[in-house]
Amino acid sequence: MDDALLVVLLLADATIRVATPLVLAAFAALYSERAGVVDIGLEGKMLAGAFFAAAVASSTGNPWLGLGAAVAASVALALVHGFACITHKGNQVVSGMAINILVAGLAPTLAYAWFRQGGQTPLLPGEARLPQIHLPGVEALSGIPVLGPVYRELIDDANVLIWLTVLLVVATHWLFTRSRFGLRLRAVGENPAAVDTAGLSVTRLRYQAVIITGVLTGIAGAYLSTAHGAGFVRDMTAGKGYLALAALIFGKWRPWPTLFACLLFAFTDAVQVRLQGVPLPVVGVIPVQFIQMLPYVLTVLLLAGFVGRAVAPRASGVPYVKER
Amino acid sequence: MAQDAAQGVTGRGFGRPPGAIPGWVGYALLPLLNLIAALALSGLVILVIGENPLDVLALLVTEAVGYPEAIGYTLYYTTSYIFTGLAVAVAFHCGLFNIGGEGQAYLGGLGAGLVGLALTGWPWPVAALGAVALSALFGAAWGAVPGWLQARRGSHIVITTIMFNFIAAAIMTYLLVDVLIRPGSQSPETREFDPGVWLPTMDRALGWVGVAIPASPLNLSFLWALACCALFYLFLWRTRWGYEIRTVGRNERAAVYAGISPARNIILAMAISGALAGFVGVNEIMGVQHRILLNFTGGVGFVGIAVALMGRNHPVGIILAALLFGVLAQGGGQVSFEYPTVNRELVMVIQGLVILFAGALENLFKPRVEALFRRRSEGRGGGHDGGAAHG
Repeated sequence: MDDALLVVLLLADATIRVATPLVLAAFAALYSERAGVVDIGLEGKMLAGAFFAAAVASSTGNPWLGLGAAVAASVALALVHGFACITHKGNQVVSGMAINILVAGLAPTLAYAWFRQGGQTPLLPGEARLPQIHLPGVEALSGIPVLGPVYRELIDDANVLIWLTVLLVVATHWLFTRSRFGLRLRAVGENPAAVDTAGLSVTRLRYQAVIITGVLTGIAGAYLSTAHGAGFVRDMTAGKGYLALAALIFGKWRPWPTLFACLLFAFTDAVQVRLQGVPLPVVGVIPVQFIQMLPYVLTVLLLAGFVGRAVAPRASGVPYVKER
Repeated sequence: MAQDAAQGVTGRGFGRPPGAIPGWVGYALLPLLNLIAALALSGLVILVIGENPLDVLALLVTEAVGYPEAIGYTLYYTTSYIFTGLAVAVAFHCGLFNIGGEGQAYLGGLGAGLVGLALTGWPWPVAALGAVALSALFGAAWGAVPGWLQARRGSHIVITTIMFNFIAAAIMTYLLVDVLIRPGSQSPETREFDPGVWLPTMDRALGWVGVAIPASPLNLSFLWALACCALFYLFLWRTRWGYEIRTVGRNERAAVYAGISPARNIILAMAISGALAGFVGVNEIMGVQHRILLNFTGGVGFVGIAVALMGRNHPVGIILAALLFGVLAQGGGQVSFEYPTVNRELVMVIQGLVILFAGALENLFKPRVEALFRRRSEGRGGGHDGGAAHG
């Protein structure tokens, strides 16, 4: 019984660790896309965040400065995206793609030149990584069945960014349903002309949205290199930006379903690690690749309307042109 | 969304405003300005890492076109970029943005490779034809499914093709690790094909007619790439099907009124796009690697986006742009041997910036340059010309 509980807890723990950057990136895109700016450049912004977090943390020894650098770099890229898509009404998909390719080249180039370790940053010592939060009362609760182990394995010693992500989810839900700013962001993604008529600046709102996207993708990147990992390695994001985008679509551009999608995708990842080579009843051994492709297949099926229906914000991807 | 956005790219790229702006402004000057902007920013990056940008650029160009062997390598890269550039362009002409070139090229390589594995002992022309056919079929299938999903089910083509890239990668890993792997081998790749079915390299082929050039990976698929450019032109601008595809790309509603089915043309354009991307497999697998291996595409599908944007979706432009990126790929690789601080990913910085300036920021230079030319032609043309330009 205890063993089974432990396995479940370890799976849940792994799921949360993998899900955190996904949630951060997917919620980042949520802001941008609900405001009508499509962002397929999550991957690039995360990668920039991961690199600058590790680079600064490694040279200063301070992970918080690293986090700041990650956010700054990622916001800078978000502003490039905004400049191209909002100010110059450029193609949003092309801009996102450009940012992804640019950073995929830039991060290893700078890493190679600055650290001379083949495109990596040096391994970060413990104090240069973002800390885990140790909670009181682990000993006191350890005697209680179920609650004790759950508290010890799952909740105690979680990274500070995991807690931040939990806050973010709640805050985002509140923002999009209760706050004036959130409702305006939603409006600008559905019907920018109406927002404009109400005397609000579409440009300003959309810039605010992409800046939030930049902040969150920067944090997601910092999580990868200074919280979950201990340094930047080449291709560190490994498609997580695209997976987050899939999660956002799977969550139909809404906060709670998006969170659920991130957890589901992370869970398949955690399960896949455990299932390698283990025969299952009825189906036998499932090749890991089939489990790995599951999130992408599910997203395609959902988008095609075979399982449910995902409808994007109406003005998504369309630059706003004030009447002339 | 994807469609509207992609229409922006093609529509605006081709729309020549009334007035006296010469055509070469759109086809030559603006791409050149975009390239200069991208190179200038890349130069800044080189400065940041502590090297002299002009020295690096000079070495890059020398290493790419300075001697015959280098030219062979450059053209070998160019070959794949022509295929993916054409692939992206045909989708653009239909108002679609195909980001799935990577996955389509990957599966095209599977098709070409299966032919290579199956036809042991056959003469190479048969294998070459078979590889062209099967790589086209596999690539087309991988492009047509997202096309069908867009046309009939309303899925975003951009998202679907991104997902299909990952699905293709997973399928290929599975096939290479569990199914096609050479028995007893540790690395996930197939056995080498029978040398008799290899696509002849250019030096070998030219040797038959008595011309000697240095050995390089450049192979006969380069000629097929050039042929595809010609076919691409004839198809899009000289056939009814091409006309229909371009009509759907320009204005879907007008196409419907003209009795043209958008859905059919979207699927057709994506199938052709996928087939063109699939030909990368002929170059890489039949021409160079002679076995199927993991990740042989290495981002070639994404370079195709830059090539199509730079080349203004026209075959001549695409050849020139593919040549440019071929130079960057070959020269960039060589530069990294000479400079300890520079590595070949620097080329991706330039690619990314070209896509940014030529694609997303196309409205940065265009209005200013056009205004400049309009003013100049007004000054020169005097009364009658100026009046027309103002309208």
